[in-house]
Amino acid sequence: MIAYLIRRILYAIPILIGVNLLTFALFFVVNTPDDMARMQLGIKRVTPDAIEKWKQQRGYDKPLLLNSAASGAGKITDTIFWRKSASMFVFDFGYSDDGRNISREIQTRMMPSLAIALPTFLIGLVVYVSFALLLTLFRGTALDIAGVALCVLLMSVSGLFYIIGGQFVVSKLWHLVPISGYDGGMGGFKFVALPILIGVAGGVGSSSRWYRTIFLEEIGKDYVRTARAKGLSELRVLFRHVLKNAMIPILTGVVVVIPLLFMGSLLTESFFGIPGLGSYTIDAINAQDFGVVRAMVFLGSVLYIVGLILTDVSYTMVDPRVRLQ
Amino acid sequence: MMPVILWTDALVFLLIAVGFASAWYIRQRPHLMLPWQRVARSSVGMVSLLVLSLFLLVGLLDSLHSRAALPEKSNGQTVYSPEVLSVFDTLAKGLRSRTEKTYSAPLAAYLYAKESMEAPDSKVARDYPRLKYGGAHLADPQRDLAGDVVRRALLGAAGGLLAGVFLITVVLASFPRRRESSGFEPKAFSNGWIPAFAGMTGNKTFRAVLITALLLATLIGAIANLATVYHVIGTDKVGQDVLYLSLKSIRTGLVIGTVTTLVMLPFALLLGVAAGYLRGWVDDVIQYVYTVLSSIPSVLLIAAAVLMMQVVIEMHADWFETSAARADVRLLCLCLILGVTSWTGLCRLLRGETLKLREMEYIQAAQAFGVSSLRILTRHVMPNVMHIVLISVVMDFSALVLSEAVLSYVGVGVDPTTISFGTMINAARMEMGRDPMVWWALAAAFGFMLVLVLAANLFADAVRDAFDPRLNRTEGVT
Repeated sequence: MIAYLIRRILYAIPILIGVNLLTFALFFVVNTPDDMARMQLGIKRVTPDAIEKWKQQRGYDKPLLLNSAASGAGKITDTIFWRKSASMFVFDFGYSDDGRNISREIQTRMMPSLAIALPTFLIGLVVYVSFALLLTLFRGTALDIAGVALCVLLMSVSGLFYIIGGQFVVSKLWHLVPISGYDGGMGGFKFVALPILIGVAGGVGSSSRWYRTIFLEEIGKDYVRTARAKGLSELRVLFRHVLKNAMIPILTGVVVVIPLLFMGSLLTESFFGIPGLGSYTIDAINAQDFGVVRAMVFLGSVLYIVGLILTDVSYTMVDPRVRLQ
Repeated sequence: MMPVILWTDALVFLLIAVGFASAWYIRQRPHLMLPWQRVARSSVGMVSLLVLSLFLLVGLLDSLHSRAALPEKSNGQTVYSPEVLSVFDTLAKGLRSRTEKTYSAPLAAYLYAKESMEAPDSKVARDYPRLKYGGAHLADPQRDLAGDVVRRALLGAAGGLLAGVFLITVVLASFPRRRESSGFEPKAFSNGWIPAFAGMTGNKTFRAVLITALLLATLIGAIANLATVYHVIGTDKVGQDVLYLSLKSIRTGLVIGTVTTLVMLPFALLLGVAAGYLRGWVDDVIQYVYTVLSSIPSVLLIAAAVLMMQVVIEMHADWFETSAARADVRLLCLCLILGVTSWTGLCRLLRGETLKLREMEYIQAAQAFGVSSLRILTRHVMPNVMHIVLISVVMDFSALVLSEAVLSYVGVGVDPTTISFGTMINAARMEMGRDPMVWWALAAAFGFMLVLVLAANLFADAVRDAFDPRLNRTEGVT
């Protein structure tokens, strides 16, 4: 198990190097730092001095890959690639355009993101699986058909509609919770309640339908017939046998997103004014703060790979046949 | 008039050509027709296909662009207007050109905002001014508006219904024999179309499609008749007709949903099949590439790529003759970027399926006969993974249409000058706080999007049900 984990982590390194090189190519080779400076300072009236100053402030005035002016190890380390891209492997993301330390910013903003994303994830999982089990229990009846029709309808609605509609009805018409804002501690409940509710509601359609498909696939198998034949009630079959055996496909889709919860949700956070990583990303995109976007891309892929490893580990917990070697 | 072929136009028509070519190919081969006949028997599938083809018609009309010639000439050469217009723009000239000053509610005769106006007795009073076009023919809107709207709607509905009946009769009369192959009773067609029609109304699917078509014709008739003198879904901030904007958005949604697939499909198909069949280092390299791409959260990858593309386009403003061409290249780039981020899923599926197929006996037999790898791939493997490709293409379409709106909100979507559901929602979102609320633009964007995506989802389900080999069915019994 330990050996397997170590090997998986070692496998992750080439992938992260790939991500790193890709972002480096995207941000520094497709566009030279000169282009970015001109874009930010205004395309027309911009002096070469101003561009130099802009590049110097951000440390973009170095050669890309190889600094022939420096000596010794400086040939490699005193370059944009080393300073800006390779340094991300030790989670040193440098500074954003407004001069803040990106790593520290990420640490402080993780909590609000998590305060929304974690409850949304947990409540969502329970709601979707229960709804799917309900539809499976009543499969083939009018309730099932209506439920599936509802799911298709719900998944055809834009995610933006849930947010805008929810904010309008709950906050503006009923005045139940504030429209936006955030507060740490217990006082924050009134701020996070609506985003969580909307987050759960937004996923009902696609997730429940997906789980229902998984359950229906299991329910046609021989062991289910055996269980029924020996006289188990339908509910017992569903919970004791079908749910348990459907765990592998469920875990495949679910565990991988757990680490990504740290990244928060772009839309929800920006609509509700939550100071999390999602709104941080969206602000950075709108302000064209390339340093922050690069950091978030790297962080996102690290978390995704952690999620993949966790998925494999979780298989061993639900299925004794899976051995990690 | 100078025809302008934008990049996305060319790709859309290429896609249509590919569609027709494969339809012709499939018609020749009964075993390929079989699943499509199952689709044709599904009421939900056919009704949603009808709705989708209406959207497609609007989108196609909106994809034929040209620039009008200006009356004055400069040294003997004709000068063309910088404005690129489509056939749809010409057809909907009334909708496009009748702009008001600012917001107005659906079917209103008055503006949304009060203005200072000089009364006949030269007193200045603040009141809602009349609209320039909406309901301008009414002498006293307070009294006549409701009656006029109902009268015009009924008249239009009746006209639409008549036109619908006429159109359906013409269609049925011109292809009486075509029906045979699409799953309807063949013997009803042996003598002319009137008995054929009578026979088909007994068919559940045909009845559903017929009723939907007539309902749609009635609805379109009513709206079209009202739209000649009113703004049916109101006007937006700069007074543009929201109905016109919604109809224009359809093309953007369709382009995003289809062109993206077109650009990603060759890569996904080739790489996925090659990885699964060839194994070894090819498999390792391809797996590495798609793991790297899929490990970056897609919104972030799209954002990073779009930000960079923006810089390139801004830096090279001289590449583009008109602003429409520029916006179009941006739309195309967005499709490419979305394609790059979404091909990984399909590629992985195809690789897995090919791994399974290469152990099949018929592939082993081909290998034993010494058939080359390339030929095995094209003759034996690819046709057998096509159902996966088709299912994932139709399933992806609706997700792509929805993601366009989200990306435009995030600021990494289409060009702000491109009319799309995303830009409409973005503009309308700001006006939620006004009192009385400006809800119509938002409602129109979400409504049109819902109909399009719902139809696409239902059609995708019908296609999946018909093509999925895992579903056991007894052919010929039904």
